[in-house]
Amino acid sequence: MGIEFDRMNNDIIIDVLREIGNIGAGNAATSLAKMIDKKIDMKVPVVKLVDFDEVPEMLGGPENIVCGIFFKLEGDITGSIMFVLDQKSAINLVDLLMPRDNAEFDEFTISALKEIGNILSGSYIASLSGLTNLQIKISVPALAIDMAGAILSVPAIHFGQMSDNVLIIQNEFIEVLEAKSVDGYFFLIPDLDSYEVLLGSLGVTL
Amino acid sequence: MSTIVKVGMADLKVVEYPDALTTLGLGSCVGICLYDSTTRVTGMAHIMLPSSKAIRKNENVAKFADTAITELIQIMESKGAKKTRFIAKIAGGAQMFAFSSQNDSMKIGERNAEAVRAILKELNIPIKADDTGGNFGRTIEFYSESGKLLIKTAGKGIKEI
Repeated sequence: MGIEFDRMNNDIIIDVLREIGNIGAGNAATSLAKMIDKKIDMKVPVVKLVDFDEVPEMLGGPENIVCGIFFKLEGDITGSIMFVLDQKSAINLVDLLMPRDNAEFDEFTISALKEIGNILSGSYIASLSGLTNLQIKISVPALAIDMAGAILSVPAIHFGQMSDNVLIIQNEFIEVLEAKSVDGYFFLIPDLDSYEVLLGSLGVTL
Repeated sequence: MSTIVKVGMADLKVVEYPDALTTLGLGSCVGICLYDSTTRVTGMAHIMLPSSKAIRKNENVAKFADTAITELIQIMESKGAKKTRFIAKIAGGAQMFAFSSQNDSMKIGERNAEAVRAILKELNIPIKADDTGGNFGRTIEFYSESGKLLIKTAGKGIKEI
């Protein structure tokens, strides 16, 4: 059995993951800026443990339709990473890449989101890999557009094996010129026995 | 005037006539509904994991299929319901993200639904309706008046079972 999220471990794990969150999100913002060739500002990511029921509320309530882009992690650590956006942020994000009149949630938007999700999550994991010297790769993306509660049940169930909380990394990217804001949430979900590998590679023992 | 009581994630509630129960945005979790038509005592649990046994941090009984069902029965019986009259309706257990190469951790929805069915069978509680699986979320409403279960989805319509 792997680690548990109790109060003492929580502080250490959150500190480490907050730092990973900062660096990963910075990398993701840089990739995004390069991709769209525009200046991107990033707010300091918010990393926190929240109750199961609070997570969907952060995304507009359990029945609000959101977009989840999900990747499996393979290599020295296994698990998954999920990037979640509400519909407005998803459309804003695609518009930044390819400005269109009458933006809507169509097939084009979906395939563009998969690609953007791939680049953002890839750069996130690349920075984690660089920081830890671990070999980590991401799978092809799987995308779902559905109720926030249903999409977020995926990380909630994983974290549910250890605690009654979910670890969430909230990133806000702002395109400076048009002030279009994209609110995205990363869920880094290592498998239980990968936590020790991950933290150990950073010199943290529990 | 009947009220509709919300059941959160890893939560369970029991109501009596004329109230109803709902849980919003079920994904891989399973909504378990129990009903005694004589007393109209009505229960719902929103479970996340199949079993409390493999997990050390298991004090939240509503999180696991095994402990949630036991607790639900106990509360319903304390309100005058009889287990021998119970019927069950279940929904959820979806797989939100599909990959060509599957491993166990991706099939948690299926495992949740299987665990719920096995436990109910062991307790001799007949499952009158089963709307599990697929790759989509569900909101459910369970009515003490009729024991009917309403299932709403995003883009796949509404149905009653």
